[in-house]
Amino acid sequence: MNVLYINLGNREVYQEERKDLFEKYIGGVGVGISLLMENCPKGVDPLSPENPIILSTGPLTGAFPTCTKAVALFKSPLTNELGESYAGGRLGAAMRFSGNMAIVIKGKSDRPVYLSIQNEKVYFKDARSIWGISSAYTVGKILRDVEPAPGRRSIIRIGPAGENLVRYANVNVDTYRHFGRLGLGAVFGSKNLKAIAISGSKDLPMEDKKGYLKAYKELYDVIVNTDSLNKYHDYGTAINVNPLNQIRGLPTRNLKSSTFEYAEYISGEHLAENYMAKHIACTACPVGCIHIATMQIPFARGFEFETKRIPYDYEPIFALGSLLGIPLAEQVLSLIESVDHLGLDAMSTGTTLSWATEAYENHLISKHDTLGIDLAFGNVEAYKKAVQYIVKMPNDFYKALAKGETAAAQKFGGEEYALSLGGLGMAGYHTGRANLIGHIAGPRHGHLDNAGYSLDQKLLKGKLRETEIVSNLLREDYWRCFANSLVICLFAREVYTPERIEKALNSLGIQKEVEEFLGIGKEIFKIKYKFKTREGFNLDAIRIPKRFFETESSQGKLNEIEIKNMLDTYKTEVIKLLE
Amino acid sequence: MKRIKVKNPERCIGCMSCVFACARTRYGVISTDRSAIHVKTTGGIESEFAIVACRMCEDPPCVASCPEYAIEVRDSLYFIKEKCTGCKKCVEACLLGAIEFDEELNQPLICIQCGACAKFCPHDILELERFEVL
Repeated sequence: MNVLYINLGNREVYQEERKDLFEKYIGGVGVGISLLMENCPKGVDPLSPENPIILSTGPLTGAFPTCTKAVALFKSPLTNELGESYAGGRLGAAMRFSGNMAIVIKGKSDRPVYLSIQNEKVYFKDARSIWGISSAYTVGKILRDVEPAPGRRSIIRIGPAGENLVRYANVNVDTYRHFGRLGLGAVFGSKNLKAIAISGSKDLPMEDKKGYLKAYKELYDVIVNTDSLNKYHDYGTAINVNPLNQIRGLPTRNLKSSTFEYAEYISGEHLAENYMAKHIACTACPVGCIHIATMQIPFARGFEFETKRIPYDYEPIFALGSLLGIPLAEQVLSLIESVDHLGLDAMSTGTTLSWATEAYENHLISKHDTLGIDLAFGNVEAYKKAVQYIVKMPNDFYKALAKGETAAAQKFGGEEYALSLGGLGMAGYHTGRANLIGHIAGPRHGHLDNAGYSLDQKLLKGKLRETEIVSNLLREDYWRCFANSLVICLFAREVYTPERIEKALNSLGIQKEVEEFLGIGKEIFKIKYKFKTREGFNLDAIRIPKRFFETESSQGKLNEIEIKNMLDTYKTEVIKLLE
Repeated sequence: MKRIKVKNPERCIGCMSCVFACARTRYGVISTDRSAIHVKTTGGIESEFAIVACRMCEDPPCVASCPEYAIEVRDSLYFIKEKCTGCKKCVEACLLGAIEFDEELNQPLICIQCGACAKFCPHDILELERFEVL
């Protein structure tokens, strides 16, 4: 259970056995948040050398089917508090086979570098010749030829957005996956860290071979031979577009509406039937939920085509589709492509542009600010130009946009329709109370903290009291803190029952029992909230933009007082927990 | 005789389930390295996957190349570990690159056509087939 420490400033590298942390917090987010607490000084500027980057995997990563993910922890340059983000691809497995369960990166390099990590060895490589390249995809193509272990390595890198410190820049993981949210890309950029290539040749420990084979087979059989995960394989997360639209939960045109008249044309069904090229899987996942669309764009006579391959999922489709009023699949895909190559988080880019469009409609910003771009819902060409400007920041307006919708609205106005919850742009759900509370109060303000959107959809069929909704959310918060310490892929959360997890852990020599799981999750949740509070987060200080109450949700119009009461309940529980 | 047939290579999603299956079944480890089957990407994940596995040649050059007679043809290839000196001649002899050399074990990873990889392929790409040598 080694942690690899790397200092980009003085180039010091060492490995340390941290049994203490792994025994207590399993791995993943549990160990990651503990390492963040240890290594991130209080009140630090997220873009200063002192802000550490923690990458962490869990005991199940690479060892069991669908356990593919790694988690990143850092102080977010977007929210100024907890930054937590997950990515699949080949990273989790590559880290584990390198013998490094977690990696802590501190300091700042005096020139652009990338790290080549091979088992316990770390090479600091000159990245000046790949700094400034316009696409994060190209960087991958270049590094593939100079780095070892093809097929078994992971190459994670930033695009120009990260280099230029756009506050919601992402980190591209093996081309089609991302550390998407909360600005890890900008933290990379602030350290002059362009990329990390990692590979290894170590085995993972297996304590009880028979038990391991059995546990593996049981999980594999459920995943492959039942329909439990078909949804993710067949249409992918994009399958959510139509049902969310039908229940009035699909944020549209900066949430002026919760239904989109063109939803069908950007739906998972339409994309799969007309644009799908192939599925790809993360290492160790037999599902293969990564959906790649293909488009042929003619550029000259004589059947000359640009052939595009574009990964898509529900969230980018919502953020760069319905939220911007873009009606056609090809338009949405081409905007996803632009944003992805630049290395921007698709979701925050969407909420930032949708705010800007409405602010432009309301004359809070002018054509002079936009540098002549006519920001209008549905105008995909305008948005494609705007994202280039967000990354280049040629004037004060685009400098503000590069800080996200929250900061931009503080400067230009229109805060009542900047779709920010706790400083982070909303995810693609206007499903009701649980979603709203979950976003605001969940530790990283993400929809995956506690899946309020999912609880909301269950609430359409049955009723729960307000306090019950909150306690359900908190329970899910705790459970996911545990699940994310393993680290499982949340798509397979139904498959990874406590009993199966116990068997899996025991076969690897980790003696934990079902009864302990939720308690461990609760402890991890506590540390997260301690970190947030330490960095100045205060639930009372959060203002919910009016828009969330004006536009009908799946549960009808939301009541401000009711939401406030529920937040108070959540807060009381958290305070009790922290005492 | 038996052999693993890569019957639908275009269906590969790159999940490595076959690689993990070989590693744990044959070598008792969790690994993407210590496996007799490999999934190769020629131009990264953006390009097609290639599955590199022993095809049980009719006249296997690896067998002929071994100065110690450590590889025999039986129902499939049979590897006699005690005889192997780790000279890597077999690795060089295989044009497919299907024989990986494990530096730690100091031995080549020779496929014995056990079929574990095929059992764990979610996309019906691999098949253990029986065939007669005439």
